[in-house]
Amino acid sequence: MSRERYEMVVGLEVHVQLKTRTKAFCGCSTDFGAPPNVNTCPVCLALPGALPVLNERAVELATRAALGLGCKVNPVSIFARKNYFYPDLPKGYQISQFDQPLATGGSVAIGKNEAGADVQIGITRLHMEEDAGKSIHDRYPGATAIDLNRAGVPLIEIVSEPDLRTSADAGAYLRTVKQILQYLDVSDVSMEEGSLRVDANISVRPPGQTKLGTKTEVKNMNSFSAVERALEAEFERQCALLDSGGRVEQQTLLWDGARETVRPSRTKEGSHDYRYFPEPDLLPLKQDEKWIGDARSHLPELPDARKKRLVQEFGISPVEVEQLTATPALAEYFEAVARVSGDGKAAYNWVMGEVLAALRASSGDITHFRIRPADLAQLLNLVRDATISHTAAKRVFALMVETGKLPAQVAADEGLLQVGDEDAIATWVDEVLREHPEEGTRYLAGEKKLQGVLVGFVMKKSKGRADPKRVNQLLSARGG
Amino acid sequence: MAVTREDVLHIADLARLGVDGARADALTKELSAILAHMEVLSAVDTASVPPTDGIGAEGTPLRPDERVSPLMERTLESFAPAMRDGFFIVPRLATHEDPAESGA
Ligand SMILES: [Zn+2]
Repeated sequence: MSRERYEMVVGLEVHVQLKTRTKAFCGCSTDFGAPPNVNTCPVCLALPGALPVLNERAVELATRAALGLGCKVNPVSIFARKNYFYPDLPKGYQISQFDQPLATGGSVAIGKNEAGADVQIGITRLHMEEDAGKSIHDRYPGATAIDLNRAGVPLIEIVSEPDLRTSADAGAYLRTVKQILQYLDVSDVSMEEGSLRVDANISVRPPGQTKLGTKTEVKNMNSFSAVERALEAEFERQCALLDSGGRVEQQTLLWDGARETVRPSRTKEGSHDYRYFPEPDLLPLKQDEKWIGDARSHLPELPDARKKRLVQEFGISPVEVEQLTATPALAEYFEAVARVSGDGKAAYNWVMGEVLAALRASSGDITHFRIRPADLAQLLNLVRDATISHTAAKRVFALMVETGKLPAQVAADEGLLQVGDEDAIATWVDEVLREHPEEGTRYLAGEKKLQGVLVGFVMKKSKGRADPKRVNQLLSARGG
Repeated sequence: MAVTREDVLHIADLARLGVDGARADALTKELSAILAHMEVLSAVDTASVPPTDGIGAEGTPLRPDERVSPLMERTLESFAPAMRDGFFIVPRLATHEDPAESGA
């Protein structure tokens, strides 16, 4: 196969919407889903005489993102005009940053190689820019509808080095960056709502060659898996092209998810000649060392640090901690349950089992989950103290989700409190032996392996309330 | 550094400006004259003069992330050439006749 004669070389550009209440350069709301053009003003409509004023919070979040991705934040960065004409860009230029970006030179670890060393992907730069509006081409025949609610929404663009060698690595890089940004709480990072977008630069070369091949840019992917599939498709296309004696042409391609293929964008020739120049309406952005230092010391705990700490503190395995730290909200929920209950293993089992199942069933998210961590911890403690059985606990959990009541209350109301009382258990054991004479006789005659079956009968008879430990002890005493 | 006729036509094209032959020749002269003047300025020895990034050593002023009601004297409908259901309406772009392709 031709693809084995080439190596894939990929760099990614990730655009992320910052979590601000207002736009980058004006006080318009950034709320998603408002009626068209409601969140606009003279600045983001580019009315004559309007001037941009930079949003402090956007600078703060962009700086936090840069530091969290290991970048050096530049004390002076310059905004620049990126000129192109498109109806969703009312000014005729996008305010971005060009030769003096906010931050440069970061890296993220996306996993381990065969030798066990971290695979580091370099981040060339991170800069601030504003989003364009939205063009809708399929709403009215012969016309394009423009909604400028998004125009001027603050973004950061994170540009990676061409360090990625497989589509799987590209996927891992995107998931890692997304997770870091979630932990930093700088963005909603939702591809569905458009707060995270990815463009890919891809070229191929024979393994061992250091010079980069001619790259193409692939756009229009709507999920991380679409990015991976688009890279595979474009890799195949470039390999086949070279094998047949052709040449890769530098161009922009669009991923067509329905056809699982890329096709050339019909964007006008020369549209990439952006004629950047410094934005005369904005002075350089200056952040002194103290400000940057403060931002660094206030960084939230990052995913890797969180994983290490949870493994150490709660005795869970590296595989388990990966699941628990998938999102910061899940990790925080787990940690609260584990801390209050004092049992990391049980907390893991319940969070990954019952809690996630309940969330899936209700399409809810953990932040708004009805059972608060302290109440789940209380339920775990009821099981630990043998106040209720594990089976009963699952029933109590379901009722807690339904009613919002506390576990002890639910257990009492439902008569699920476990019975440890010797007399009661002895009565149930007697009854079971009477009702199942065959198993009973064989067990009493020394057939030990029947003990489990008999415990099961007792549990059933007690509707799960008998303490199985006591039942076992009592049966052993009889059979012994 | 002189501006060529090709530079002028290229920039005009990027700016979506229609420039005819005579105007292109005139602009080539004018723009070259402006650049020639820049070269005069560049000849001044500024080695001992600190660079000026802009007015104000503090850098660009920042505003709090607070919503401000837009200061619109008139409604969008009163100045937009065409609107429908709240959208601005523009002619469909020749490069985007396929509705699946959106964004620049
Ligand atoms: Zn605005």
